[in-house]
Amino acid sequence: MRLDLILRVGAKLVLPFILLFALYVQFHGDYGPGGGFQAGVIAAGMVILYAIIFGIRAAKQIAPPSIVEFMVPLGVLIYCGTGIVSLLLGYNYLDFTGFHPDFLRAHEWGILIVELGVLVTVSSTMIAMFYAFAQRGRR
Amino acid sequence: MQALETLATHYNYFITIVLMISGLFIVIARGNLIKKLVGLSLFQTSVYLLYLTPAKILGGTAPIYNPAYKVYSNPLPHVLMLTAIVVGVATIALGLALVVRIKEAYGTIEEDEIFSKDPDSE
Amino acid sequence: MTPLATPLAPAAGHVAAAVEKVEPNVEAFIMMVVLTLLAAITIAIVKQRNMFGVVILSGIYSFLMASLMMVLDAVDVAMTEASVGAGISTVLLLATLHLTGSMEYPQHRSIAIPLFVSLAVGAILVWGTIGLPEFGIADAPMHQHVAPTYIEYSKNHQMPPNMVTAVLADFRSFDTFGEVTVVFTAGIGVLLLLQGGWRATSNNRRDDDDDEDVEDAVHGNKEGSSKTAGGRNA
Repeated sequence: MRLDLILRVGAKLVLPFILLFALYVQFHGDYGPGGGFQAGVIAAGMVILYAIIFGIRAAKQIAPPSIVEFMVPLGVLIYCGTGIVSLLLGYNYLDFTGFHPDFLRAHEWGILIVELGVLVTVSSTMIAMFYAFAQRGRR
Repeated sequence: MQALETLATHYNYFITIVLMISGLFIVIARGNLIKKLVGLSLFQTSVYLLYLTPAKILGGTAPIYNPAYKVYSNPLPHVLMLTAIVVGVATIALGLALVVRIKEAYGTIEEDEIFSKDPDSE
Repeated sequence: MTPLATPLAPAAGHVAAAVEKVEPNVEAFIMMVVLTLLAAITIAIVKQRNMFGVVILSGIYSFLMASLMMVLDAVDVAMTEASVGAGISTVLLLATLHLTGSMEYPQHRSIAIPLFVSLAVGAILVWGTIGLPEFGIADAPMHQHVAPTYIEYSKNHQMPPNMVTAVLADFRSFDTFGEVTVVFTAGIGVLLLLQGGWRATSNNRRDDDDDEDVEDAVHGNKEGSSKTAGGRNA
């Protein structure tokens, strides 16, 4: 795979757009199809494509396992923490009404933050699973 | 004639059932653990179809509000199935990890050979 | 209940005006073609002995399923199925095949009982299905209850235009919280099964040298030392 020039250059051309598309899907989820899950899986797919083409060692430089494994619980904590913030603002758990004076804006902010938590957990879990399976194969 | 009409109006459901029993058959009949997991995911996918089929309204559009459209599909099954897909891949990944460990412990992923090597099974 | 049903009541007239490009019959026809292809792929999966073929066929199956979901107007689900079903699970299945070998052995046991059980279940399901409302009609019971409320909310700018995202993250955010927890738990489980729990039998994982210190920092010293011992044995 190291010598396959077309694959390597083609992958390098495509990779930033995959990540950009993931971010688009994440932040445009209120207005078009998409959301945290899809964005997380697409972002993880970028890292996995990079690992397949350039090797797992190169992939670990752009997504170090320490950071990935830190992000797995971080997303759940972001989600949980959003609920606690809404509790502190005087509303029910995960009721986003207090985040902004305008009702719709408040709920859009809440959805965005919660989806960010989903993105973090889903993408890092998928990357961590891929690393675990791929490393098992090294003999 | 009546039967043909029922077939046309319920075609989605019948194909869903075909997918479902194929998944069930693979899970029961095949001994290879990876094939069993593929069968399990077939079964799961047919459940997605079972939920999404009644949500569709012919002539409607996707549940993203636009003043130009009046008829939308039911968004609730979409939400439930979105959740189910991600949980499905998580369970499949966990099952595959178990398959890898079984392969390392027994040297095979065929169910019959695992049973013959396992002293605890009859 | 009746006021909630009003957004759906004038359906026919508005549909004809708004969606003149896609005829309902064309939609139904596309759907039937894709469904038949799905059934064919499924039978191929059942009959295929080579596991590599099975994995690739299941990838094709997922893409077909995603296109079917597009026709069924479930755009968010289609996107998820295309990226998760055809992307991530195919990659994980291939990674597992690399570790376990790709041929399925011929079967010795009889398939009569599984076939009977499957067909019996299928017959019961068909019998139960005939009573369901027919496909694609607007006045099915499930369209009368909460969906009009969501559409009304979206129309009145009380929630974002994409109803699926709004229901997922706002109305049913507890549900999604549980789901994120499930993903988290499964990830931890995979990491424990494949990276931790180091046994004497597993001698087949040795990291690159430059990865060792990062990994040790993550997993703690105790596990790192046992890992290097395992690596030395290998």
